[in-house]
Formats: sequence, C-alpha cells, structure tokens
Amino acid sequence: MNAIEIRNLGLALGGRTILEGISLDIGSRDFVGVLGPNGAGKTTLMRAILGLVSPSLGSICVLGRPPKRGNSSIGYMPQARGTAVSIRLRGWDFVAGVVNGHRLGLPILGRTARREVDRALELVGARELAYRPLSELSGGERQRLLLAQTLIGRPTILLLDEPLISLDPRHQGEVVGLVKSLQHEIGATVLFSAHDLNPLLGAMNRVLYLGGGKAAIGTVDEVVTSPVLSRLYGSDIEVVRLRDRIFVLSGNFDIEHDAHRHDHGSNDAAAHRIGVRHV
Amino acid sequence: MARTTLPRIELACGMFEYDFMRNAFAAVTVVAIVAGMVGYFLVLRGQTFAGHALSHVGFTGATGAVLIGLPPLWGLVAMTVAAGIGMGVMGERLVQRDVAIGLVLAFSLGLGLLFLHYFTTYASQATSLLFGNVLAVDTGTIWVLVALSAVATVALAVISRPLLFLSLQPELADAKGVPPRLYSVAFLAIVALVTAECAQIVGVLLVFSLMIGPAAAAQRVTRSIMMGVLLSAGTAVIAAWVGLVLAFYSDWPSSCCIVAIGGAEYLLCCAIASRRELAI
Repeated sequence: MNAIEIRNLGLALGGRTILEGISLDIGSRDFVGVLGPNGAGKTTLMRAILGLVSPSLGSICVLGRPPKRGNSSIGYMPQARGTAVSIRLRGWDFVAGVVNGHRLGLPILGRTARREVDRALELVGARELAYRPLSELSGGERQRLLLAQTLIGRPTILLLDEPLISLDPRHQGEVVGLVKSLQHEIGATVLFSAHDLNPLLGAMNRVLYLGGGKAAIGTVDEVVTSPVLSRLYGSDIEVVRLRDRIFVLSGNFDIEHDAHRHDHGSNDAAAHRIGVRHV
Repeated sequence: MARTTLPRIELACGMFEYDFMRNAFAAVTVVAIVAGMVGYFLVLRGQTFAGHALSHVGFTGATGAVLIGLPPLWGLVAMTVAAGIGMGVMGERLVQRDVAIGLVLAFSLGLGLLFLHYFTTYASQATSLLFGNVLAVDTGTIWVLVALSAVATVALAVISRPLLFLSLQPELADAKGVPPRLYSVAFLAIVALVTAECAQIVGVLLVFSLMIGPAAAAQRVTRSIMMGVLLSAGTAVIAAWVGLVLAFYSDWPSSCCIVAIGGAEYLLCCAIASRRELAI
C-alpha cells in the first residue's frame, strides 16, 4: 500500500489557490525531497496531509484513510519552531512535552512514556544533548531534538518542513544523513522539504517539485531536467550539472534561491554560486 | 548564639500576635503559591506583558465596582477574567503583540482613573488598588482567595499537559489535535483569576513581583519543568514572607518590601546561573 495517495488535489489558502489538480503516489519507503520556491505550497501540502488544511478539490489518502488531525502515524517537524528554543529548558523536557500532549492532566510521565522519550533521543543520537538547556544548543543540535519530537508515538510517515533552514552546509549534511539513517531504522516514509536539492541528492530516491500550482514527481533524473521544470514553472529553466551538483537556473537567477537575486547574467550567476559553494 | 536568636524568635512570635499579620501571612501564602505556578507558564509562553495588561484592566474593574457599590475584588475578578477570555479568543498573535496590549493597558488605566474621579472620597482606596494593602486583608477575603486559588490550581493542573505542549511546540501541538485557541482562552482566564488575587496583595501595578519575578528567577536556575514550577511557587512564597517580615519591622509599605525581595531573588538566581555557566 502506498503511504500517501493524492488524487486531483486542489489546495487554497484564504481564497488564493496554492495547488491545483495534482495527483501523485508516495510509496511506503520513499524518501521524497519536496522542492520549490517560497509560497509554492510545500508547507500547505504537508498541512493538508496532516488534516490541518482541507482540500478545495480532490482527495488525499494517508495509509488508506482520509487525513485526520492528530493522526499518530505521522511525525511532523514544523517550520515554525516556536519560542521555546530560546529558553533554558532542558531538551529532555522539550521532547517529553510531546508524549500524550493532547491529553488533559499533569505532565508527569510514567515509565513507558519515559522510555519512549529515551528511545526517540537515542535514535537521533541526542541522549547527551538532552540534559543541556535548549538555549545553549547549536542549530544542528536543536534540529536533532526537533527530530526526536517527531518520533514520539512511533510514526510511519515523517513530514519534515525545512529542517535545513539556517544551517551551514556541514550541519545540513549531518541532518540529512541522520534522517536517512532514521528512515532506515524505523522504516518510515519521509517527506523532506528544502530550498536546495543538493544536500538531499544522496538521500532521496524521489523528488517532488512544486511550482505554479502544479507538481512534478519522479527520480531526480526524471524531474530535474530543463523540459520538465520549464513546463512546471512556465518559463525557461536551465538545469546545470556540475560534478555531483545540480543547479536550477531561471533567467538570471537561481530558482531555488530566488530570494537572493543576482544582477549578473545567468552564466555569471551560476559561476558565482559555484564559486561560493566550492571554496 | 542562643542569646542573639532568642529575642528574634520572640520578635517573630510577637508579629503573629496581631490579627492583621496572621491574615496577611495566610493571604500571601495562598496567593504566592498559585501566582508562582501560573507565572511559570506565563513566562514560558512569552505572555508576561499580557499578564501585566490584565492587571491594569482589573484596575478598571475594581474602580468600576466600587463606583456602583460592589466590593472591588468582584470587579477585579470579573474584568480580568472577561479580558483574559477576550485576549484568548482574539488569538495568540494579538496576545504577543506589544502595541495592542500597550493600548489596552493605557486605555484601561485611563478608564480606571475616570471611575476614581467619581469617588474621590476614598483616596486611600485608589492607593491600595494600585499598590495593594495586604495588611488590610480580612478573614472573609482570605477565604475568597483560598477559593479562587483552588479553582485556578485545579484548572491549571487539568490543562497543564496540553498547555505545555502548545507552549513548547505550537504547530506540532495543533497538528496532534490540541486546539490552540481553546487552551489559550482557558489559560488566560486562569491568569486573570490569579492576577485579581495578586492585586489584593501587591496591587495592580506590582502584580509582576509575584507572578513574573519568581517564575523568571526559577527559569534561570532550573532546566526541568516540574522543578521550575515548584521553585517558582517557592520563590514567590519566600518573597512574600520575607517581604512581610521586613515590612513589619521597617514599617515600610508591604508591597514595596515584597517587590524588593522578589527583585533580590531574581538577581540572586541570575548570579547563581552565571556562576554555574562559568564553572562549566
């Protein structure tokens, strides 16, 4: 059975159409990189799978059932990290807060629940980190704890929204590697959204590009090509492969980094990016 | 040693020979415990300013109540709870928006001043609303405070787990089926109750001293939630007790002494925290 089946899905937020008529299947052991510019609908798609946004059209099937808020088979790492990361709370309590968090009562954990927290921390290699205050952790270390939170309740689908945001390349690589090994260990389906596909190249077996309300899914070789992406975005897209890296360029800017436009021509822009990356 | 401690014990006992001191101690204990616990969550959620605004709204309620001939505590409770629920309904974003809260705060103080204008005969009433007068608390009020504290404590205990989840990871909690609006409203209603109680002790302007100070101090020195909540309550109680003793012997206003001790505790906790950091 597929983990997620999407048929003719339309999603709208506040009257604005985000996605329209997309259909795709995500297999039960897939590691899917979800890419696309800001506002393309990466977060909205995840929220729809979680049952937080209702489709305006079509349907979503999660493990054979319609999306339901509070579905315990989905682990979710939201993009908004909350304010808690700036306080002097130890990581253990931060992760433990998720256990049965929807139930009324005192936040006192029994032995089974405590073991569940320890297991999640163990899986992400954060047993030691868990006793330090959140405010003193680095971005990469915090990301481990956020990942541990997603593992509470033993989910089979992990929706990770921009886990690489504001991490340097080394830590990006670490987080991707960690998610990959986690996936292997717990046998989960992973949807991993990112702004840049390069850090995910070794880990994902499929890539989902969102843009212009449409979606393209397949292997990297199938999807990350000039014709497919040009059709998706409705403009000329150039895909440049350089050694083991891929750069997606549109007009005079790099589409995955459209927040940082360059004033140079496309070749200059590409050269500039490559120069930065390989120093 | 014995010679120096003995008179002090007598002095302390002497303090309890007065009804108003016994009442004051009972009142501050009841209120400080619950204020410390609720304050911990308030600080954790980054809603301290909202708590402060609630107390100012309470001032309007209290002066309004006096104006129509009701006990000020009733007005305090009614107005703060209504405002707390209102803030909760308007959503998390508003609660954390300084400008909106600042406006509400100023407006309600202004309105309170207008109400005060009409009962100028009781100038001392205004002072005790603004700065509290715990030494004037009577037995009846203590029982009201006990009842309010019991309600607030039970309510907080019931919602504490989902509230904590929402405070630590709002988006994830939402996805896991914890309704943010509902808990925000419930929590701010609890905060409002406790604010009204605190206003009886230290006045609406100094509610921070019992609700925010101890919680902030506790969060400096402990990393665990349970310890933090207990320490916060304990710190608030100590501030209130030591403050009262200080007030009794120095003849300074009790609120001033409680605030001073609370401030000292916070500084002490900061010092402990930074010493620890240096040690690591």
